[in-house]
Amino acid sequence: MDYATIIEILDSSVRLGTPLLLACLAGLFSERAGIFDIGLEGKMLAAAMMSGAVAYVTNDSWLGLLAGIGAAMLFSLIHGLASITFRGNQLISGVALNFLASGMTVLVAQSWFQQGGATPSLGPGGRFEPITLPYAKAIGAIPGIGPIYQNLISGHTILVYIAFLCVPATWWVLYRTRFGLRLRAVGENPAAVDVAGVSVIRLRYSAVLICGLLTGAAGAYLSTSLASGFGREMTAGRGYIALAALIFAKWRPWYALGSTMLFGFFAALSYRYQTLDIGPLHIPNQVMEALPYILTVIILAGFVGKAIPPRAGGEPYVKER
Amino acid sequence: MERMPHWADVVLVPLLNLLIAFFLSGLVMWAIGENPFKAIQIMVSGALGSTYGWGYTLYYATNFMLTGLGFAVASHAGLFNIGGEGQATMGGLGVALMCLFIPWPNWWLAVIGASVGAAVLGAAWAAIPAWLQAKRGSHIVITTIMFNFIASALLNYLLVNVLRPEGAMDPSTASFPAATTLPSIHQMLGVFGIPFARHTPANVTLLLAVAACVLVWLLIWHTRLGYEIRAFGKSEPAASYAGIRPVRITMYAMLISGALGGLMAVNSTMGESGRLIMNASEGAGFIGIAVALMGRNHPFGVFLAALLFGFLYQGGGELALWANVPRELVIVIQALVILFTGALDNVVRMPLEKLFLRVQKGRA
Repeated sequence: MDYATIIEILDSSVRLGTPLLLACLAGLFSERAGIFDIGLEGKMLAAAMMSGAVAYVTNDSWLGLLAGIGAAMLFSLIHGLASITFRGNQLISGVALNFLASGMTVLVAQSWFQQGGATPSLGPGGRFEPITLPYAKAIGAIPGIGPIYQNLISGHTILVYIAFLCVPATWWVLYRTRFGLRLRAVGENPAAVDVAGVSVIRLRYSAVLICGLLTGAAGAYLSTSLASGFGREMTAGRGYIALAALIFAKWRPWYALGSTMLFGFFAALSYRYQTLDIGPLHIPNQVMEALPYILTVIILAGFVGKAIPPRAGGEPYVKER
Repeated sequence: MERMPHWADVVLVPLLNLLIAFFLSGLVMWAIGENPFKAIQIMVSGALGSTYGWGYTLYYATNFMLTGLGFAVASHAGLFNIGGEGQATMGGLGVALMCLFIPWPNWWLAVIGASVGAAVLGAAWAAIPAWLQAKRGSHIVITTIMFNFIASALLNYLLVNVLRPEGAMDPSTASFPAATTLPSIHQMLGVFGIPFARHTPANVTLLLAVAACVLVWLLIWHTRLGYEIRAFGKSEPAASYAGIRPVRITMYAMLISGALGGLMAVNSTMGESGRLIMNASEGAGFIGIAVALMGRNHPFGVFLAALLFGFLYQGGGELALWANVPRELVIVIQALVILFTGALDNVVRMPLEKLFLRVQKGRA
């Protein structure tokens, strides 16, 4: 494996890690506020379909992004309605929404475009194009760090840079704002927040809507940046990997960057190599595919560090009367 | 505090939830330009109008009964086993190993062996998340989701690299020996001279599933273990105070749950395809969740709900064939059923409770 190949794999890790990162941060907001969300997958899928469709019709990737975010937020609202207003089971709601997305995306795409549940291939305007950062060529000529700048840092679509900026932004919102403090509190002890005179319901709805916003961006990235157009089941379990990454990151923003990039790296490796040969070891690519899940189970088991979820997660809040 | 009558809780609420789900499904159909009434007609005649249709409906229902029972048993213990899919996948592996490597003399010995193989591997796959939940406090929902993916990757590896016969292209095992072919409903009814369509996958596993319904009913309501499972599910602290051991109950409930999920593979792998293929469970593990929710975790409810979903699956297939509606419509219906009978249950329950209270007060 030479230097250029390593850069190439890392570059593809970033590409594949970005949707995971966005979805992981989305889940972070929701779960930190005490709303479990196993529906990340469904929201991403719905967003991918809507943004693929709208970007194709309008030939404008930004409108596509907006439509994707709208679709994901609609799903978030249903999740909020079920788990906050009607105090239903959040896991069941998540499962249902995943199925709803999986069925509706194909039905709607088929009814609009008659292409077997996919959206038509996007033209140049409908896609987010890679951005070449300034002096990429000149710096790229420097041996050693040059290729890192030219091939790894430069040349991604705007959504990738936005996703990376979301990490410090999430950290800042959670740990440096009043909203963030309350959001974290509502996931640990909603009664205390209520006693302090802050609306639990409003806080949780805002968290769920932020989750919709970010999963919307993640889905739009899939169909307008990573691919050009929506294909059925295009999320392919990424929502669940993001969920795994969230636990792996112990519900923290900077750790989320690390875990999603690690899982992106596994994905990049399994795309590139059928079997990975490290000395005497032959690792089939199925192991790479399963690795994020295996690592998450190990982390959950508490053998290597302990992942402790927000204490009030998954439980509807009933105001005492 | 007054409550609404039991029959309203068990029958009326689920029925109204179901009606809302079906009404919305109708709206979806109308929105994509299909006539919902015509669609229902196609579904009913395709799934129930002939013994051929019934053959498929019952085949699907068998799958859903077993996975639904699996989910229900875990639910009684307060455990959300979303891993039915992975447990069914591993069950398939158990069936395949039993059928391929043991020369069974006849089908009924083979079906016993295959059932044991399926149940053991399904239970084993549920045992690890159960143990992690009981001993290490890992959230069973997350671990069972993870185990679904791990099972799928493991099976993919085994089918591609180990079990695939020499020279075959698609990732699947060799066909099982002829002696392991299960009698179809056609053959079974033929003994009594009752005509039934020949080429349908419904087979003797249906009886196994119905027996499982009865056994689960006995287990949950007429054994000590069942009592302990229910007590544990209602309140963990109260159960431990009464001397019920949490680790033991978690393990037992999940082992039974996983075994039932695994048994589903006897129907799909041995009864239908006659070899192990990728994704043999076809999402039945997840439909089990819907079936158990609709059936209120009662075996008889699961039986009825499984029939309903069998009808939806076969009807949906016919719809895709004759009306140019994608099969995914069934997934939408399934999603709406889960949403309204499971998560949005209170949409119906809350106003209905108020209504009953008002009627009761009016009488007093």
